[in-house]
Amino acid sequence: MIGLGNYLILSGVLFSIGIWGVVTSRNVLKVLLSMELLLAASNLCFVVFSKFNGDYAGQLIVFFVILVAAAEVAVGLAIIVLMYKRLNTIQADELKEMKW
Amino acid sequence: MVEPCIVWTAYFSPLVACVLITLFFLRSRNMSSLIAIGGILLSFICTLIVATQIFATRPISTTFQQTPNGLEIAHTWPAHVFQQSLPWIGFDSLVINFGYLVNPLAIMMLLVVTGVGSAIFIYSRGYMADDPGMPRFFAYLSLFAFSMIGIVLADNLIQLFIFWELVGLSSYLLIGFWYQKPSAADAGVKAFMVNRFADFGFLCGIILLWSHSNIGFGRTFDIDQLATIVPHIDPGLLTITALLLFCGIVGKSAQVPLHVWLADAMEGPTPVSALIHAATMVAAGVYLLARIFFIFEPLTIALSVIAWVGGITALMAATLAVAENDIKRILAYSTLSQLGLMVMALGLSGPMQGMYHLTTHAFFKALLFLGAGSVIYALHHEQNIWKMRGLLKSMPVTGWTFLIGTLALCGIFPLSGFWSKDEILALAAQHNFSLYVMASLASILTAFYMGRLFFVAFWGKPAKNSHAHESPAIMTWPLIFLALLSLIGGFIGIPHFLYPGNEHPHLNMRVALVSSVLALLGLAVSFVLYNKKPDADPLEKALGPIYPVLKNKYYFDDIYGWYVNKLQQGMATTTAWVEALFIDRFGVHGVTRTANAAGRIFRLLQTGLVQFYALTFVLGTLLLFLMLVRNL
Repeated sequence: MIGLGNYLILSGVLFSIGIWGVVTSRNVLKVLLSMELLLAASNLCFVVFSKFNGDYAGQLIVFFVILVAAAEVAVGLAIIVLMYKRLNTIQADELKEMKW
Repeated sequence: MVEPCIVWTAYFSPLVACVLITLFFLRSRNMSSLIAIGGILLSFICTLIVATQIFATRPISTTFQQTPNGLEIAHTWPAHVFQQSLPWIGFDSLVINFGYLVNPLAIMMLLVVTGVGSAIFIYSRGYMADDPGMPRFFAYLSLFAFSMIGIVLADNLIQLFIFWELVGLSSYLLIGFWYQKPSAADAGVKAFMVNRFADFGFLCGIILLWSHSNIGFGRTFDIDQLATIVPHIDPGLLTITALLLFCGIVGKSAQVPLHVWLADAMEGPTPVSALIHAATMVAAGVYLLARIFFIFEPLTIALSVIAWVGGITALMAATLAVAENDIKRILAYSTLSQLGLMVMALGLSGPMQGMYHLTTHAFFKALLFLGAGSVIYALHHEQNIWKMRGLLKSMPVTGWTFLIGTLALCGIFPLSGFWSKDEILALAAQHNFSLYVMASLASILTAFYMGRLFFVAFWGKPAKNSHAHESPAIMTWPLIFLALLSLIGGFIGIPHFLYPGNEHPHLNMRVALVSSVLALLGLAVSFVLYNKKPDADPLEKALGPIYPVLKNKYYFDDIYGWYVNKLQQGMATTTAWVEALFIDRFGVHGVTRTANAAGRIFRLLQTGLVQFYALTFVLGTLLLFLMLVRNL
């Protein structure tokens, strides 16, 4: 029987992978993908808690998160396209001008 | 009954004139002068109406008001007092009203301000006809008239103080009217500074009085209410308050030791000198003293200080006028001396005598100044009396009216000055003999220097190359009007109007005789000395070592200059040095340097690497999470 703990462990693993991806990858696209992982992990948490508590509010929130994530991806990709146009690269450490 | 709307019209019509001129007619010479004259005339007419209305009423009613702490204050309305007060500025316990308090005293002063003012406004239209700044002049003049009316009618001390300062401002503007001339600009600043200095004491006095007026209805600035409260205040404290209030009066009425600004104020156009520095503004101090005399009345110490300050001013200014050669400055010192007499009269508990002299003085001193202005106008801005000759022949109207003014000022029977001055002298003779002697000396000197002025400038044959001619009618008619007032001022019952019901003292024959003889003596001496038109002033030799002292005005200006330049400047330099060395270095700049250094250090965190930002973000979140968990 798969219990609440198993789901939460899966969610935690997914989240950690996402963080690892965001912090370590140089490629901005990879950063974006890793962020999707973060969102997926939290969504999983919501759904699981919703199921185990019998409260559908959690599932409702997941829909909102998916919606926001879609918007975020759109903006993020647009930024990446612009970045590629200007700098001819999508390596994050090339963005030197984000300094003081 | 007095109609409020008429009083308010009298109050605000000069302000309306000023605003209209400033907004629309700064280019139009004709319109600006007409509007200003219209404004002051309207005010004058309203004042006349109010005066007749006041005469028509004679209620004396007493109302009793129960105060919260059980004290019963008898609120007696003396005859002919009308007040309307509107709330203006309100805080919790501090309410400042804007209103008027009309009584015979105020109406008399208002008649002087608007009546003499009207004559001077009309005269100015002729005098300033060639001046490019004429519209500006009339705007200032109207502003001054408004401020002066405000002082006269104000029903509480804060309103009065505001108008008091407005008068100071418009005086500054008008003295420095010809601002291209450095001496005029300096004189304006000097007058303003001296007045500000005095007004500081005045304001302190007002606040002190307010803070101790908490008897009955709570603290108040209202003059009429203060009159019922003052008897309950501790006399020692009241003496300090009274002396502080007197500070303001010393400044505005140019008493020793703050008299230094008035002679310099003669740099302004002559109508200004006539209106502001002879008839009205400088008289405002005396008027205020009479208005709030209930504060001073029981205080013998304060009264004797006032009397002595007035007496010293009267005598000192008279001696200064003897050595002066500028026609306007002679008149300025004479004004000082007469103001001294008025203040002395008030110090001797004679507000009626002081105000009486103020009124007649306004007539003949405005006349003298306007006459001097007419001469200056004819001689193309020549003010040295030694360069004038025989003006009586070449300018008959100016000359004869000037003679009337001179005789009135000297106190020759039966001109107005005789009556009012005699009352002051009689008062002094009755109360304080040494002050009487001082005032008599001042009178004899007055007769002497006015005789000197008249015989040097007006007597004898006109100079051959002189092309002095009579001024236009618009300037001579005000002279004739004022001369008429100076002639009959003693007979129109001014004292009865001022303090109705009071027993009017009868003419003191002995004092009158002595003062007449002294005045004639002064005139005779001046006639002997100056009849033959000496080329140089024979006084210079006759007075010997005293002459330079008089020429330098008893070194008051030099002492003040030394004080400001040496002592005060030295202190200022020291404090500036201390500030730069300690406060700036460690205080002000210390704080900025610390913030700056902190900024430099923390700036290093901003590496510009997105990954680094993400990492710190994660670590920060982790930290927050750990803290939350621990708290759980």
